[in-house]
Amino acid sequence: MDALVVRDFHKSYGKHVGVDGISFNVKHGEIFGLIGPNGAGKTTTLRVLSTLLTVTSGDLVVYGKSVVKEPNEVRRIISYLPEDAGAYKNLTGRQYLDFIASFFANGEDRRKMVVRGIEISGLNERIDSKVDTYSKGMTRRLLISRAIMTNPRFAILDEVTSGLDVVNASEIRQIIKEMARSGVTILLSSHNMFEVEHLCDRVALINKGKIVAEGTPSDLKRRYNTTNLEDVFTKVVKG
Amino acid sequence: MSHILSLIKKELRELLTPATILPIVIVALLFASLGGLTGGAVEDALTAPPKIAMVNMDDGDFSQIYLDVLADFDDPLVFYSSEESDIEAALAEMKAEGAMATIVIGSDYSSTIENGSRANITIYWNMVGAGMFSSMSTAPVDMMIINVSTQTTHKLIESGMPGEDSGIITSPISYESTTFLGDKELVGVGPAEVSAFLQGQSFMMPLLIMIVIVMLGGIIISSMGQEKENKTLETLLTLPVSRTTIVSGKLIGSAIVGLIFAGVYMLGMNYYMEGLMSMAQDMELAELKLGITETAIVGLMVALAILCALGLCMILGAFAKNYKAAQSLTIPISFLAVIPFFVVMFTDFVNLPLMAQVVLFIIPFTHPMMAMNNMIMGNYELVYYGIAYLVAFNLATVMVTVRLYKSDILLTGLATTLSGGPLGRLMRKR
Repeated sequence: MDALVVRDFHKSYGKHVGVDGISFNVKHGEIFGLIGPNGAGKTTTLRVLSTLLTVTSGDLVVYGKSVVKEPNEVRRIISYLPEDAGAYKNLTGRQYLDFIASFFANGEDRRKMVVRGIEISGLNERIDSKVDTYSKGMTRRLLISRAIMTNPRFAILDEVTSGLDVVNASEIRQIIKEMARSGVTILLSSHNMFEVEHLCDRVALINKGKIVAEGTPSDLKRRYNTTNLEDVFTKVVKG
Repeated sequence: MSHILSLIKKELRELLTPATILPIVIVALLFASLGGLTGGAVEDALTAPPKIAMVNMDDGDFSQIYLDVLADFDDPLVFYSSEESDIEAALAEMKAEGAMATIVIGSDYSSTIENGSRANITIYWNMVGAGMFSSMSTAPVDMMIINVSTQTTHKLIESGMPGEDSGIITSPISYESTTFLGDKELVGVGPAEVSAFLQGQSFMMPLLIMIVIVMLGGIIISSMGQEKENKTLETLLTLPVSRTTIVSGKLIGSAIVGLIFAGVYMLGMNYYMEGLMSMAQDMELAELKLGITETAIVGLMVALAILCALGLCMILGAFAKNYKAAQSLTIPISFLAVIPFFVVMFTDFVNLPLMAQVVLFIIPFTHPMMAMNNMIMGNYELVYYGIAYLVAFNLATVMVTVRLYKSDILLTGLATTLSGGPLGRLMRKR
């Protein structure tokens, strides 16, 4: 079953072409990696998929819902974690999770959602501190817990471990794996090839707005005769 | 030395940007144009020939001085009669012709002066506005009376019939004032007193509105900039709610803050007004105090103006890429609040040239600022048109804001979006 179907998707900013007609599918429960150099069109794709930007042409369909025709329906299915995302600094971690939960549930369900978010965040007693006092790692954990606690069917994660230390990054990768095991489909973008190789079931390599390679990490390594995904990336991008 | 020069150059590059230079240039231009406007208004008021109606029941030599003085001007009299019964007709003609005053001279005027006493006349003043310079429109009549008084003194001395009281010889005329302001008749009060009282009352409302809008504009636009800088906006926009709900939530939340601000300021202002009214309680001026209905209308207009400010802030805030950019975007809002504040303080809407009226009418903050004076002057039509305009303006800003929230511009910025050319893309509906 396809969780995401992208068909001939184009996105332009005036004369600048951001994404130049890409097509790919993501299966239900899969962790799919979108990798590529800066400005290749990864974040644009994720933002369009998250209904933040409009489509120039083509379509992206999430669990049968079109981002062009049914953006409100798509927003009920997805959870998007942007790169360097922040939380409201005047709220405590708990208040922030409760604010987000209020859009997805009411009463006891809402309370349970917040409890789950607190568990995922691992922030313990610091959950009642203001977000303003959190380290980057703590904020990222809070945001990931926010993205997961709502039980999304489709999670979109942009540079999810960017700027985190080794321990925090490792813990977050573990959380993502658990998400996928629980049936959440994940589309992630990352510059960290180790992370992509470690997490993703399949990968699409995007360069200058076009998908130039697609497959499982082991397929790609075999196809380009390399021992790691980083070398695949370098070979494909440098031609 | 080269290090400090490098640092100075860096600071200048950082600080002297179009966003910092433009406001200074605009403020300078604003003050220059206001100076021209107000200076011109003062000069016009002081150099204008007197235009009056007169009922002169005295047939003596001293009342003739009025006519001699008026003879120096072209057609100064819009009405002249020697019959007491014509006073009402004189007042009607004064209002119809927009004359400055009606002077009523009693039948015993000359004989009173000849007997060594001070003669009394009655002046009915016609105030055509409630602005700071409105009382100046009657200045030529004041100057005419001074001239008549001086010539009366000369005549007394030359004719060798000075009385015993030197005070009366140097100031042989006194007058009682009644001022017409809109549909109100204020007995015993001159235009200068009315103007001073109105300024005390009507200056505070525009000041309050200006302060609230400038402060609120800064807060709302900066909060939009912060949402972008802290990347909380992207999360907000991917929540399962419509953009209309997000815009409405932001507007209502901000409006509550704005109304709290306005409420706190109004509370302070209320004490000020009570102090002002206690001084005027026994005077005719108390008639100028707004009633409950008028106060409610002003309150409604203030609330609508705050909503307009919020709508504009949200539109401008959509273009702010970060907190710093947001701060420079507060400048247009501040100007829109400051311009009507100064104009309303100095003069009246109805007395402005048509083009200035159109510009001021378009600025939504003008309407609550001038509502008080308009109601005092009986210009209720202008007040009702103002309310209708504010409602329409609010609806338009909400629609534009929702469109902006549905477009790419919120995340990509104006330059990226417009590089495509068609504004249609900017407003493409999701």
